[in-house]
Amino acid sequence: MHARTLGLLAGVLVLCCLGYLTLGARAGWDFILPFRAPKLAALLLVGASVSTATVLFQTITGNRILTPAIMGFDWLYVLLVTVAVHTIGGFALADLPPLVFFAIASLIMVAASLLLFGTLLLEARQDLIRMILTGVILSGLFRAGNGFLQRMIDPNEFSVIQVASYARFNVIDTEILPVAALLTLLGLAAAWRMRHRLDVLALGRDAAINLGEDPRRGYLQVLVVVAVLVSVSTAFVGPVVFLGLIVAAIAHVLTPVPYHAVLLPSAALVSMITLVGGQAILERVLHLSTPLSVIVDVAGGAVFILLLFRSLRP
Amino acid sequence: MAFRIGLVLVAALSVWSIFTGVIDLTPAQAVTDPGGIALIGISRAPRTLAVLITGAMLAVAGAVMQVILRNRFVEPMTIGTGQGAALGILFASFLIPGAPLVVRMVFATVTALAATFLFLLIVRRLPPTQPLLVPLIGLVYGGLLEAGMTFIAYQYDMLQYIYTWTSGEFSGVLLGRYELLWIAVPVGAALYLIADQLAIIGLGRSMAVSLGLNYGQVMALALLAVAVVVSLTVVTVGMIPFVGLLVPNIVSRRYGDNLRQTLPLVALTGAGLVLASDIFARLVRYPFEVPVGTIFGVMGAVVFLFLLYSRPRHAR
Repeated sequence: MHARTLGLLAGVLVLCCLGYLTLGARAGWDFILPFRAPKLAALLLVGASVSTATVLFQTITGNRILTPAIMGFDWLYVLLVTVAVHTIGGFALADLPPLVFFAIASLIMVAASLLLFGTLLLEARQDLIRMILTGVILSGLFRAGNGFLQRMIDPNEFSVIQVASYARFNVIDTEILPVAALLTLLGLAAAWRMRHRLDVLALGRDAAINLGEDPRRGYLQVLVVVAVLVSVSTAFVGPVVFLGLIVAAIAHVLTPVPYHAVLLPSAALVSMITLVGGQAILERVLHLSTPLSVIVDVAGGAVFILLLFRSLRP
Repeated sequence: MAFRIGLVLVAALSVWSIFTGVIDLTPAQAVTDPGGIALIGISRAPRTLAVLITGAMLAVAGAVMQVILRNRFVEPMTIGTGQGAALGILFASFLIPGAPLVVRMVFATVTALAATFLFLLIVRRLPPTQPLLVPLIGLVYGGLLEAGMTFIAYQYDMLQYIYTWTSGEFSGVLLGRYELLWIAVPVGAALYLIADQLAIIGLGRSMAVSLGLNYGQVMALALLAVAVVVSLTVVTVGMIPFVGLLVPNIVSRRYGDNLRQTLPLVALTGAGLVLASDIFARLVRYPFEVPVGTIFGVMGAVVFLFLLYSRPRHAR
């Protein structure tokens, strides 16, 4: 089912990867590869984790115009890093092994998002617009709070945060790649294992209970996976608000089925194509200096308003 | 009564503001020492005045915007007017490098008007049964304009330039660098003069027209006034979010929506609130400063959430 579409997407992705690795290369493979391969791997990881986080989030909130980033997840992560720098110091933080740092950050992130979004958002599920508005305002709050704390921090330590709070695809910190890869793959595997339960959860609370699924437990587990995926991708490239929204919307058009076994890979493929292909074109063909995330945000804002309008139609 | 107490409070804050800063200044120096008098004349007094005007005018602009759009959750800095003004300044600075402030100002007003107008067109298509959609679309729309701005700034290597003037703060205000703001005062007075007509606009288009109001004309005037005020503040001090949202909400909770009566109070509350925040911004990490826009971002978001959840359903 939809195997052909998925195969086609995979083919396009391979082409994009080849393009990313070879376009504009003036030296041999052995010289280029160590430079570009880790970046490519990072882009692929981020692509898959952003799309998966979005699809999972849309499933538990029962809505297709949502993405964790609109609700402020990304900025929550950045804020947590800032608070950490503020309390224990940037250099102490930089000295921590990346795995420990990630583990701590993701744990706090999971706890905070459960507290905040679990109670606030899932309870307010009926009143969609109010819920989104809350998320957008929370996002602004985290952003402003982050800005405020940054001003209170020693300029030397400031550089540590700046690395975390900027969406950047051209300069990717390859040092944390193995850790991030491990965590992302774990998150993706968890999502994939849940794929049939997700189909059930997507039917809504009552239907899920009737089908023998505990929705509360399910939502909780999904939120944990989302929090991990968001932390990893934000730590890697910074906040990208609308990427998840766009790719999930495209995936719904390309593979219009409610099954997560199709939806998850399809969204992931679209997401990776967008990032790798977009970055290849931007960097090597157009030679634009603007980060891809900015362009994705412009397009994504428009898509969001469009989706919102469409969801209003009876 | 409330207005008089407010006046006293704002006066006290102003005095405090005059004596707040990196250079120590005693009341005696302020009167006798020529250095002290110069300090006040060049830096402290202009800054205090700039804060007062900005606060008052942003609050008034917010109140007018809320009446026009008939929605409690909007204000110029969150629905694209402010971002539109910033976009105009950006255009002005790379089309005519070294353009005088007045030229940038004109650019900013035109783009702010265009951005607001476009937003009104979008909003008109929204169903009236979903009042929260207006601020939501506004926030995303503002974000879209901002992303567009970042895109241009990246291409022309002006990111830092943008960052400096989009984060609202008053540390750059000196004698000779803020006077443009005074234009906002007569504009605000003009809004006060047409306050009754604005209140009628708040009843809706058909009601306003049947009451004999020239709907289009008054609407256009109000929008132009808001755009001018917002552009003035963005050009001189940057973007301070949420002032126009909080103040009218605070005032109308107690004193209702009769603009003619409440506008002076709105202006005074706005001036006092921004001045208090500016003093806080100067003291919290003394001798460094935190942008007042950041402080308002935090404070405003919290109060916004409060408004969102505290207002009883039937009152919206």
